[in-house]
Amino acid sequence: MIVEAGHYALVLAFVLALFQATVPLIGVGLRDARLMQSARSVALTQFAFVAIAYAALTYAHVTSDFSLVNVYENSHSAKPLVYKISGVWGNHEGSMLLWVLVLSICGASVALFSRIMPETLRAGALGVQGWIGAAFLLFVLATSNPFARFAQAPLEGRDLNPILQDPGLAIHPPLLYLGYVGFSVTFSFAAAALISGRIDAGWARIVRPWVLAAWTFLTLGIAMGSYWAYYTLGWGGFWFWDPVENASLMPWLAGTALLHCMSVMQKRDALKIWTIFLAILAFSLSLLGTFLVRSGVLTSVHAFANDPARGVFILVILVLFIGGALVLFALRANTLQAGGVFAPVSREGALVLNNLLLTCACATVFIGTLYPLVLEAVTGEKISVGAPYFNLTFVPLCLPLAIAMPFGQQLAWKRGSLLGAAQRLTLAIGCEFLAVVALALVKGGPVLSVMAAGLAIFLITGSFADIGARALRGGGHVFARAFGLPRSAWATAIAHAGIGVTLFGLASTGWGVEEVARMQPGQTVAVGPYEVTVASITPGKGPNYDETVAHTLVRSGGVAITEINPSQRFYPVREMHRAEAGIATLGLGQIYMSVAEVNRDGSIDARLYWKPFVILIWIGALVMAAGGLLSLSDRRIGFAFVARARRSAAPAFQQAAE
Amino acid sequence: MRAICLALLFSLVALAPAHAVRPDEVLADPQLEARARAISAELRCMVCQNQSIDDSDAPLARDLRLLVRERLKAGDSNDAIRTFLTARYGDFILLKPPLKLDTVLLWAGPGTILLLGALIILMRRSNGNNEVRSGAELTAEEGAELASILSSKDEAQRQAG
Repeated sequence: MIVEAGHYALVLAFVLALFQATVPLIGVGLRDARLMQSARSVALTQFAFVAIAYAALTYAHVTSDFSLVNVYENSHSAKPLVYKISGVWGNHEGSMLLWVLVLSICGASVALFSRIMPETLRAGALGVQGWIGAAFLLFVLATSNPFARFAQAPLEGRDLNPILQDPGLAIHPPLLYLGYVGFSVTFSFAAAALISGRIDAGWARIVRPWVLAAWTFLTLGIAMGSYWAYYTLGWGGFWFWDPVENASLMPWLAGTALLHCMSVMQKRDALKIWTIFLAILAFSLSLLGTFLVRSGVLTSVHAFANDPARGVFILVILVLFIGGALVLFALRANTLQAGGVFAPVSREGALVLNNLLLTCACATVFIGTLYPLVLEAVTGEKISVGAPYFNLTFVPLCLPLAIAMPFGQQLAWKRGSLLGAAQRLTLAIGCEFLAVVALALVKGGPVLSVMAAGLAIFLITGSFADIGARALRGGGHVFARAFGLPRSAWATAIAHAGIGVTLFGLASTGWGVEEVARMQPGQTVAVGPYEVTVASITPGKGPNYDETVAHTLVRSGGVAITEINPSQRFYPVREMHRAEAGIATLGLGQIYMSVAEVNRDGSIDARLYWKPFVILIWIGALVMAAGGLLSLSDRRIGFAFVARARRSAAPAFQQAAE
Repeated sequence: MRAICLALLFSLVALAPAHAVRPDEVLADPQLEARARAISAELRCMVCQNQSIDDSDAPLARDLRLLVRERLKAGDSNDAIRTFLTARYGDFILLKPPLKLDTVLLWAGPGTILLLGALIILMRRSNGNNEVRSGAELTAEEGAELASILSSKDEAQRQAG
């Protein structure tokens, strides 16, 4: 009954999305305020109905209602509760329902947090949001119905794929979708602005918080996914240039570019056409990612051709939305007037360089990801594009970007001085040289690691050079002045420093140590500065798996400092193995041990790593996200601006808008 | 393996349990072993999704790892091993696709886009600069007009004052 109610709610949500897609836009056309205002309540109601549908599916998973095909195929009565809840999105149908839920959350947020924007813009954006919602709700209902029932219910389910039975699944997809789908808001605002023809600095100010929010979530989502892969896969890799990962990296790159050129548009009313284009591009890449992941085209071009219903459906959505937006763009872009002019060496100029490099990096990932698919579809020839390709193409684009970042921060708007910027960065450049010399002497190792780590130090110190200079200038206490600076200045510095922190972690992989060993209980292997001893190997039993655990001591100079328990698990329902790595965080580095095989003689085949500074890779991402959040809290940029303005100047702003 | 491939589709990160290089595979000579690892990292496990044979637990990957090590012991160069494997399995096995007619766009794409982008920006810039320059200096007529506006404004102010 509850399940049927959920299914019905989903159908109602689809009808509401159709209403949201048409009536407010008609209102914009007729300049009818009442039709336009309907958008808000419809968006909120649509969210409520999708949430009901989602809750109903969660209920079916939690109560192990195996009469549902979706629950039967992806759940088991003995599965821990947390994986019954997160397992809802651990499969195609549930994952698409989560997608739609996040989309409706976005729509509802626009409805709630947008009181001060022009009525036409809000109604237009919510209308476009309605079209996206209707398309994907129809997709779920027509091709991926999570509420399908069996005529006769099986007694037990087939369990969730063991690899997905992990806290990572609980956190990673929701964060990623909030970022991915969050760009739909930017897309809708861009389309609405093109429809109404009003695109100015005010538009950028209204839309920028949404870009910041989506970007922050996407940053966290990608980092979380990377760490999940790192500890689950058992060989310590954290990024594989897999198409599924690239699918989330492309919107991130486009979103980062968008974030930066939006600040130009907001401050200087320039780069308007390009900003609108990037807003369309970021969500288009999100849609492309959804297509790649959900259509089955990645498993094989042939698998896609054999069961094309889902793939073709998403492909049609993709073509209609991207094509429609680009047609609108082509029709309206010419009417946009170029804004403020600036010298090549200026903050604007630096941000143009940033956009050029980020867009090219994004295009590189795009080419590398899609080329094999297209080539196979056209000529039938199969090639592989893996990490070596991206190391040769993507990385060279990122290095100049990293070098240019602190310089860009130092340049003034309109006209800057490169020499002056270099002077202000003297300290940072000095730190870089010191770091390079120190690392070369202490660590040695690959030249590339030393250089990249030095660059990371330059990035971190250089990011704060601006704040330091502004704090030292003039009277008053240095710290009081530093903390009195606008939050946006701090946000930029912190986010940029985050890139430096991540880069340092990446560079440090060159100093890692790897050992492959067959180990008996009592045996010791030296891994980098530590000794690792297997104390005992014992069988164990979890709720829905059997495991062999290697209780292992980590010693430093003979003194035991910590214990790790890597294990090899066997899930009988799916007859699948899964290695659970044992990880000890020591300082900023990690000892990482994974059991590859339990041999008949009682020994284990183990892979052991010492990874110095490895956690900086993800800490850097957290720092970037912190920068994003701080920027959101700046009253001149973020939602706080919206809230304050609503309290004080809402009537005046609305009058101005109308 | 199919189950793993499906698992991949259900998540947005690449996931597969890895066993990869086993202790019994490791060559006694550390230099040869290092070469074996380097070669393996650039060879695709063809039944997996985007994994190198160095990272994969599939039986095929193990066979290929052993094959690479056998050829190394027989004294083959890295290139000879790659040629041998592509003759058997096609370009699909190389994670770094060779430059061919088919892959020209793949390899030239990023550089071309960077150049085109830079060119477009430069062209737009030079247009923009012309505007700036034409706006920067006033023609004689404009100067005279500005002076008359300013002086008339001054007079108006004086009268008002």
